[in-house]
Amino acid sequence: MTVPRYWRNIGAHYRLEGIRCKSCGEVSFPPRSSCPKCHSKDVEVVQLPRKGKVVSFSLLRSPPNGFEAYVPYYVVVVELENGVRVLGTLTDVFGEVKEGMEVEAVFRKISEDGEEGLIHYGTKFRPIA
Amino acid sequence: MSDNPVVVGTGLTKIGRRWEDSLSDLFAEASRQAIEEAGIQPQVVFVGNMVAGELDGQEHLGLALEDGAGAFPLVPAFKVESACSSGGSALLAGYMAVKSGVYDSALVVGVEKLSEEPSDSITTALAEAADADFESYYGASFTSLNALLMRSYMKDYNVPRDWLSEIAVMMHKNAVDNPYAQLRKAITVEDVNRSRVIADPIRLLDCSPTGDGAAAILLTRPELAKGDVQVELAGMGVGVDTIGVNGRVSLSDVPATARAAKAAFSAAKIEPKDLNVLEVHDAFTIMAALALEDIGVVGKGEGAKFFHEGNAERDGKLPVNPEGGLKARGHPVGATGVYGAVEVVRQLQGKAGKMQVPRAEIGAFHNLGGSGSHAVIGVFKRKR
Amino acid sequence: MKPKNPVSVYGWGSYVPPYRLTVAEISRVWGRDPVQYEEELNVKEKAVAGPDEDSATMAVEAGRNALSRAGVNPKDIGALYVGTESPPYAVKPTATTVAEALGVGPFSLAADLEFACKAGTEGLQATIALVSSGMIKYGMAIGSDTAQGGPGDHLEYTAASGATAIIVGPGSKDAAATLEGSVSFVSDTPDFWRRYAARYPSHGEGFTGEPAYFKHVEGATRALMEELGLKPSDFDYVVFHQPNGRYPLTAARDLGISPSALKVGLLSPMIGNTYAAASITGFSAVLDVAKPGQRVLVTSFGSGAGSDSFSFVIEDGIEARRDKARKVMDYVSKRVEIDYALYLKFRGGIRLGGGAK
Repeated sequence: MTVPRYWRNIGAHYRLEGIRCKSCGEVSFPPRSSCPKCHSKDVEVVQLPRKGKVVSFSLLRSPPNGFEAYVPYYVVVVELENGVRVLGTLTDVFGEVKEGMEVEAVFRKISEDGEEGLIHYGTKFRPIA
Repeated sequence: MSDNPVVVGTGLTKIGRRWEDSLSDLFAEASRQAIEEAGIQPQVVFVGNMVAGELDGQEHLGLALEDGAGAFPLVPAFKVESACSSGGSALLAGYMAVKSGVYDSALVVGVEKLSEEPSDSITTALAEAADADFESYYGASFTSLNALLMRSYMKDYNVPRDWLSEIAVMMHKNAVDNPYAQLRKAITVEDVNRSRVIADPIRLLDCSPTGDGAAAILLTRPELAKGDVQVELAGMGVGVDTIGVNGRVSLSDVPATARAAKAAFSAAKIEPKDLNVLEVHDAFTIMAALALEDIGVVGKGEGAKFFHEGNAERDGKLPVNPEGGLKARGHPVGATGVYGAVEVVRQLQGKAGKMQVPRAEIGAFHNLGGSGSHAVIGVFKRKR
Repeated sequence: MKPKNPVSVYGWGSYVPPYRLTVAEISRVWGRDPVQYEEELNVKEKAVAGPDEDSATMAVEAGRNALSRAGVNPKDIGALYVGTESPPYAVKPTATTVAEALGVGPFSLAADLEFACKAGTEGLQATIALVSSGMIKYGMAIGSDTAQGGPGDHLEYTAASGATAIIVGPGSKDAAATLEGSVSFVSDTPDFWRRYAARYPSHGEGFTGEPAYFKHVEGATRALMEELGLKPSDFDYVVFHQPNGRYPLTAARDLGISPSALKVGLLSPMIGNTYAAASITGFSAVLDVAKPGQRVLVTSFGSGAGSDSFSFVIEDGIEARRDKARKVMDYVSKRVEIDYALYLKFRGGIRLGGGAK
């Protein structure tokens, strides 16, 4: 992950920003320069709702490089309150995870580029209970 | 529109940990078989490969492999990449090259080497099939994305776990007879259910093994082909969907496969019921069940049941993956689509040996890239 | 010190991670008498940040809670200070990461402050001054730390994780509380330090008490009461910096303050010493329950050494704000015990290599 690439996505990673199409009204994630539905360029950045429900989940035990310290962790698709879906991971899970479980977005450390590189932050989801 | 290309040569290497062989060696082994069988040289080469750039540090792969192999005179060569469907996409490139008349013959080679890196590096490289910024960034592995589909499917259609495990059992049974297969060992449902969890609900024995291998197909125009039995590439179709699973409406189907099937079957002027043999992209057991549904062999939610009832066995209603599929034959990622195509061709040629299915006139292979982002389907027909 | 124009607290919010490491568990690992430390320190367990948390992430959650209560547009936060002795980077501000995540800026002052456990209230003094002068309308001061003591060291039993954010703005009855005045009191007293290359801090053991903590906490508090013409019994709630559960009680006794006034804001027995967050998290817990008209005394302490002491009077507007975010006790009561091995894994105490790079 290059530094500019990380930096370009800060709005989506830190604040869960998506886009709303001013032409057709579609709200989507991740942010793009055009609406993925009607392909209009007339889009604006919007803050997505920070609460949603788990649509599906997987408890991952065999991680990619850099995620060893978090194993096991849940990979989830979350449907936010406005219907927009995002892929993410859960944090601070102490009970059973189920489809339909309510979760909220929290700001967390995602990975580190070694001991000397950048710390990558982003949004995870935490069960509301 | 000109005639469909015909297959004049095929080649396969045994899949496994090929310590002694480089990517070029594997490329040479499969290519040489196809060229010798065809008796003609290719005018152009399309290489299906996913991770040579990441794992082997080799881009400009087409020429690097040709020159590294030295198996035939250098001709224009291109790498075609669409994650796990790279092989299928390379075949599409060959199909277009010959059918359009731009080239008289095209060699399509799928080749991949995955055994030399530690497993976490493989997991990381394969995760590049997903959205790097919004899936891999958050630590989602490729297996975990497929696991999301498996959980949704089992819940939405109330499919028992054992039915999916049975798919792995059938694939392993089939692969015992396959000299090219990576895993030639029969397993039981219990073995699958008790194997290590990789990304729940996917267990180790739900997953296809990653290995090294190469597969080749030489296509030409029908009038240039020798021999009395010809297999034509009667139609191809590609279907696509969002790169991220979050963009999908449902997590218990793969619309990209349905779109590819519609296009391929329409081009080949067939319907799913006309198929005598089918190779599906069972990178994970769940993907075999979904493929049958999206291809249109069975209705929604009935894919796993089709396997459970024995309909996919070599002597069943529609034999599926009689060579063992990705699950047991092996999944050298970018080569996989070409393996599936070669297996269908050899079935139609009656050259499948102990794996031969009866009445093989029409067959199709299915090749999927990403967690349902890019599907390729090709239909082969035997002509006399 | 009294502000030129009145300054009020509009929002407050805290965060305490759910993981708890008991003093008994640390004692077990280092072969100490399991009850000795617990009794000596009056600390039962400490809050530990999870593996994906640091001073920036905790500051963000505290900041979100404070913004919810303040009802202020993040763009109107003209200054954001993060006080911490455990910044994620040696060089690169924590405050810009926190501001970005909260939607604060770009037209905002942002900086990290370091003064051991006093860094949170330093930010509060600075934002009060900026608001009072009219340079900004609202300011946010955060104290956030994932403090660690050396393995087996006395400090390891209490060094904890937590964060609190306070948003101040122009004086108003509709706010949560209004500042009466403050005092800052500093001297070069080397009771605790960490050199650049050192992973863990060093300290002067008993020297951290009389010449350091007590001299500064009591000195600042006495000066504040004198300046405002107040006596100990005028305060309904008193919060002192709480490196353990014992020091604040001793300071209260020395100052003639009733131990009952300390009760609500004394959290270290349950969560340990959250360093730069410690005194303001106690203040936050008081704001969670205090009634209009009540008076609150807050005195921090930072090694090296200094104290900031504040007097606030609760305003009518507190009631409408209180339930707009999680309260301190919501976080304190949500606890998941971990063992020492998991603690090491969470806080980078295990050197990775080989299979797990």
